[in-house]
Amino acid sequence: MPEITYVTPKKGDVLLLVGTMKGAFLFRSNKSRKKWEKGGPYFAGSAVYAMAYDDRKGRQRLWAGPTSMHWGNVLRSSDDFGKTWSIPQEANIKFPQRAEAALKNVWQIVPSRHDDDTLFCGVEPAALFKSTDAGETWDLVDGLWDHPQRPKWQPGGGGLCLHTILQDPKDKKRIRVAISTAGMYVSEDNGATWRPSNKGVRAEFLPDKYPEFGQCVHKVVQSRKKPQRMYLQNHWGLYRSDDRGESWKDIANGVPSDFGFAMAIHPDDADKVWIVPLESDGFRATPEGKLRVYRTKNGGKKWEPMTKGLPQEDAYECVLRDAMAADALDGVYFGTRSGKVFASANEGRKWMTVIDGLPPVVSVKAARI
Amino acid sequence: MAYTFFIPGPLREYAGNRGEVQLNGSARSVADALSLLWAQYPAVRDRVITEVGDVRPHVNIFVDGESIRDSAGLGTTVRDGAEIFILPAVSGG
Repeated sequence: MPEITYVTPKKGDVLLLVGTMKGAFLFRSNKSRKKWEKGGPYFAGSAVYAMAYDDRKGRQRLWAGPTSMHWGNVLRSSDDFGKTWSIPQEANIKFPQRAEAALKNVWQIVPSRHDDDTLFCGVEPAALFKSTDAGETWDLVDGLWDHPQRPKWQPGGGGLCLHTILQDPKDKKRIRVAISTAGMYVSEDNGATWRPSNKGVRAEFLPDKYPEFGQCVHKVVQSRKKPQRMYLQNHWGLYRSDDRGESWKDIANGVPSDFGFAMAIHPDDADKVWIVPLESDGFRATPEGKLRVYRTKNGGKKWEPMTKGLPQEDAYECVLRDAMAADALDGVYFGTRSGKVFASANEGRKWMTVIDGLPPVVSVKAARI
Repeated sequence: MAYTFFIPGPLREYAGNRGEVQLNGSARSVADALSLLWAQYPAVRDRVITEVGDVRPHVNIFVDGESIRDSAGLGTTVRDGAEIFILPAVSGG
């Protein structure tokens, strides 16, 4: 097995949690983010689509959902920045017998905004799990699993996955999830009941272009300061909502393509969003061989390319749905399918290469220690 | 009756760091025999079998040298003294 290196973050440091097709990595820097120190690989050989950092109640806990092609998936946690990881004896995310389903992958781990011991987990096949004891035990959210439309959901290229979980910053009972390919569903009673919520979102690949559900939503983000403001990167389509996702309008103004996966929002500025447009669903690579992050500063009225420090020649890159993050320090971070990780400490005006040569990157999260 | 289980390297930490486990009991099928192993080392189960009771798609189980996929799966009969191998399939990327 490969030699594993470790990081020791200090208070105030920035930590990137990077999941790849062959393991997880950590990258530590101080606030200046000029130099990065690598930790990992952890879970070498396993695909890590989901990672999270839980700093509630004074914790410094990493979560990861490694999936071994051979031995399945067990959620792991670390309280010492990856030096040791929990080894649950039994699989902690498990479909109950009545579901007649088997876990394929973990796509998202999200600590609750409102309850210090609650976490959510989105998985494939598309389902939501919830823990109310800080991740010790998990239960399937029955209301979504039992939704009468579920048998009609179809897998996208990555499988039938629940990849986005947005707990409303100001309404504990309101949760929105996104599923490829089913679209978005919202609950207003803490997960007991769910309804599709995709008004105005196009399904280019269906005869009915605006169905009640069935859209291939790639990523959704929500402002924590202004929760009615949301943005959506669709399988064709770039949208904004000003009513908590109840309706969506097209904001693909000046982008080379409205196809893409990744999307990140500034935690403190509801008007600032970053995306990485891809040429098409037939050619999922950056247009013209140029790796361009596009930023809007005005809620999508205009998008501008942020390219300084990014390759602008022969760069046929792809950034997947969860492989981009932004933080309150004006940081933007992303990883590519070709194993590069880039960071900007100034909203994308200038980029640096954190590392080049990782396995394909599928997840990037940023945490302030 | 006795059965010998051969545990692959990645799962030995869940089986007392043993590569070979001999257990006594009564089993008519592979499923019965594996239940003896799960009883002794419960953590091995979820790594080999899915929630719906299937052998994971990239795991192979051989009984006396024959893959159970070529016989009756977990219903394959086992003899007293059977050797049961749990092995990762040749897969990856």
